[in-house]
Amino acid sequence: MPMIELRNVSKWYGSFQVLDDCTTRVGKGEVVVVCGPSGSGKSTLIKAVNGLEPFQKGEILVNGVSVGDPKTNLPKLRAHIGMVFQNFELFPHMSITRNLTLGQVKVLGRSQEEAEAKGLKLLDRVGLLSQKDKFPGQLSGGQQQRVAIARALSMDPIAMLFDEPTSALDPEMINEVLDVMVELAREGMTMMVVTHEMGFARKVAHRVVFMDNGQIVEDCTKDEFFGSVRSERAQTFLSKILHH
Amino acid sequence: MLEFDWGVIWKYREALWDGMLTSLQLFAIALAGGIFFGTLLALARLAPWKLVSVPAAGFVNLIRSIPFIMAIFWFYFLTPMIVSKFTGQQGEAVGPFTSAVVAFIMVESAYYSEIVRAGIQSIPRGQPAAAYALGLNYWQSMGQVVLPQAFRNMLPVMLTQAVILFQDTSLVYVVALKDFLGAASKAGQLTGRIVELYIFVAVVFFILCFLASHAVKRLQARLAVGR
Repeated sequence: MPMIELRNVSKWYGSFQVLDDCTTRVGKGEVVVVCGPSGSGKSTLIKAVNGLEPFQKGEILVNGVSVGDPKTNLPKLRAHIGMVFQNFELFPHMSITRNLTLGQVKVLGRSQEEAEAKGLKLLDRVGLLSQKDKFPGQLSGGQQQRVAIARALSMDPIAMLFDEPTSALDPEMINEVLDVMVELAREGMTMMVVTHEMGFARKVAHRVVFMDNGQIVEDCTKDEFFGSVRSERAQTFLSKILHH
Repeated sequence: MLEFDWGVIWKYREALWDGMLTSLQLFAIALAGGIFFGTLLALARLAPWKLVSVPAAGFVNLIRSIPFIMAIFWFYFLTPMIVSKFTGQQGEAVGPFTSAVVAFIMVESAYYSEIVRAGIQSIPRGQPAAAYALGLNYWQSMGQVVLPQAFRNMLPVMLTQAVILFQDTSLVYVVALKDFLGAASKAGQLTGRIVELYIFVAVVFFILCFLASHAVKRLQARLAVGR
């Protein structure tokens, strides 16, 4: 059974279709990179996976649980799917430590001490233990995103979703975030990553999904994608982003 | 020329103090009730279900479209009628204070709901999304993530509204409730020293409201450090 499975997912904003019959899957321990031009629906797709974006047609299963089913306990499902956002979305009114413990205490019911021990261990792992008492606004973008990854990991996720995690970062900070993600991928974490970082894709992705106009145009292994992509749209896209 | 006799203020100090206590009491209840119910109204207005958001919006728009003084009048006569309908007791008056409290809470909750709504909408949508992604439910996301930030953004406007509310408590003179202004009025009529007493009332209101807005600024500066 795949960890994440999308079956014929479609979504409309009014009469505008943002997702058009999308079908793909992410197996356990698999790293899937989703790429495509802006407006192609990749962010919407990844947000649909943990129910942050409703969709009108099709089905999404996470660990066998249907996301779109009204009977599904979404908070419970989301508690085990880590998500990292383009704009970090740390809670600015809470210290770094509190950011790391909030979900563990409120959702998983862990004690404050247990949550703090876990949170700080992960903070140390992303190299930011010394920042534990600061507030998000006092950290650089790259540091904030690493904290956001640690926050997601503190919930012991069965899969991690990354929505353009490096797009809002200054170039010199991109690598410190990618390094954490590469390490995570090598440890066998199930990951679905929306990104334009083709270097990351080459290094750790198992499969690459290419989207355009709400459709999944390519869904193939990394080698196939970088070696012999079939669609013209994917080729044009690749030539554009690999140039710089 | 006018000759002032400030002695009347000292002479009626107890009545004035009682009036001030009534004003402050009404103010405190109206403020707490207004913010509490105003927050609920704001959440209702922002809810995705029309069954909840439309009545809330209707209530807010209705209240905001009638003069405050009308609402006070209205509740003075309406609340006793409703209460006697439910209790079956005829002619059991609620009294001006209770009816004023009901009117003030309803009106202030409508005003505060607009402030809270703007405050909630000032928070980027990614914040509740991140809270939901962690597994928090609607109330946890609101209570832990959205409202604390929203209230911080709203604080200046909320306290400005509180100062206006404090001044508006003087409107209860229309239902013969003896607040600070009412007490001063009464003393003025008894002694013929209405000018002195009204000047005194104005000065007291000015000092209190001026200090309050000053305190707001300092509080804001302190809260800003936490960012």
